[in-house]
Amino acid sequence: MSLHITLATAGRILRQLRHDRRTVALLLVVPALLLALLYFMYDGSGATFDRVALIMLGIFPFVIMFLVTSIAMLRERTTGTLERLLTTPLGKLDLLFGYGLAFGLAAALQGALATGAAYWLLGLQTTGSAGLVVLIAVVNAVLGVALGLFCSAFARTEFQAVQFLPVVVVPQILLCGLFVPREQMVGWLEGISNALPLTYAVEALAQVGISADPTSTMWRDLVVVAGAAVIALVLAAATLRRRTP
Amino acid sequence: MDNAVEVRDLVVERGKRTVLHGISCDIPAGQVTGLLGPSGSGKTTLIRAVVGVQIVRSGTVMVLGRPAGSAPLRRELGYVTQAPSVYADLSVRENARYFAALRGLGATEADRAITDVGLAQACNQLVGNLSGGQRSRASLACALIGHPKLLVLDEPTVGQDPVLRADLWARFHELAAGGTTLLVSSHVMDEAGRCDRLLLVREGRLIGDDTPAAIRARSGTDDLEEAFLRLIRQLDEVAA
Ligand SMILES: Nc1ncnc2c1ncn2[C@@H]1O[C@H](COP(=O)(O)OP(=O)(O)OP(=O)(O)O)[C@@H](O)[C@H]1O
Ligand SMILES: [Mg+2]
Repeated sequence: MSLHITLATAGRILRQLRHDRRTVALLLVVPALLLALLYFMYDGSGATFDRVALIMLGIFPFVIMFLVTSIAMLRERTTGTLERLLTTPLGKLDLLFGYGLAFGLAAALQGALATGAAYWLLGLQTTGSAGLVVLIAVVNAVLGVALGLFCSAFARTEFQAVQFLPVVVVPQILLCGLFVPREQMVGWLEGISNALPLTYAVEALAQVGISADPTSTMWRDLVVVAGAAVIALVLAAATLRRRTP
Repeated sequence: MDNAVEVRDLVVERGKRTVLHGISCDIPAGQVTGLLGPSGSGKTTLIRAVVGVQIVRSGTVMVLGRPAGSAPLRRELGYVTQAPSVYADLSVRENARYFAALRGLGATEADRAITDVGLAQACNQLVGNLSGGQRSRASLACALIGHPKLLVLDEPTVGQDPVLRADLWARFHELAAGGTTLLVSSHVMDEAGRCDRLLLVREGRLIGDDTPAAIRARSGTDDLEEAFLRLIRQLDEVAA
């Protein structure tokens, strides 16, 4: 691994993004718009909006970055740039961390905008601080990037890559405690829920909702999510082959 | 070192088919070696084995004294894939700078490579908006950066006009004169005559490995295209 190459790669990915104005606009604006939609859906019931919007601030970056990364990595594969990169001094981790860094930065901007809109325009109220919400959103985005990189190794086409969304992402959203409190799930479902990283991100956000100071549960959850991201990146490195058939 | 690349008994299978059937050849250092053969004969596969991205069934490929694909070699290699492998959503210059950065080099080297392939005028244009020939030159520029010892170019002159093709070949020979080894594939026979040495592949087997002059002499014709056809016919007669 080389810091110089990792940074050059992250810079290159951000430059690609910058040339794609429409994607940038969608990345930055869509989460805030969806939150506004929630605001009007839960018109008049502030407590429910607070609970759901807070969780959504963690789920949006996860889903969006998962999708963006799977497609970006698949493109590297199908256009031959990946084959070429793997004949240069670039290490596999340089590429993967480059993606994590670039989309992590994009997610920080997106998270700051969405969180700002939620608190100032839509009147979101949490006992804990908005800064922690952005932090959790960014770690979640990196988890999305890492899972996207890993999953793209198993996709040959864009159609396949997109299908990983219902397979990998949707179950995590269903089981994270947003729809049914996790304590009310049957034992085996709760067990699965315990094994899914998004569960911990949602729990961390809920902690910010109810507690003025960051709790130890919140930090532990954040470490779990970050750990899952690192494991996914390592798995992605293991499935990225320099030699192909 | 006399040979930059040594291939021994290379067998490659792709999708359950044997695509290279035990190829052995040497690629001399500081020369332009042409890799010629019909479409589907295995040129790209051999090239992928040399740059170390092809899973091989058996046999060895040594590059600059090391097994193909080993880490130290990646600093010495410039590779142009058959389909231009540059980022369509970056400008020519941004592409070149990125590939320069991978070798620890800066903007000066990147810009020089762009000028070398005649793209200085278009350097701020997005690669996605370039013509096909320009795009493949952008891809070539990214491989030229930093004077790699071995340049492996898979059909780099496709889609170029005759003047540009002549320029590029002149540039290849300049590089070879400076000590660079070049392996260039093509299926245009009129380019074969520009090579110092030729490897002729057909259906995954090497049917010629010599200088253009020797191949002309052996087949008794000055036209390399005709020479290639005669070699094939001779082989078919032997087989029959
Ligand atoms: N990914 C792959 N999976 C299975 N078979 C493949 C794959 N890529 C190439 N082949 C087969 O391997 C053989 C050699 O292909 P290769 O790309 O090396 O040919 P080539 O000489 O470069 O042809 P061209 O001049 O058209 O580029 C062909 O028969 C092709 O169908
Ligand atoms: Mg080919």
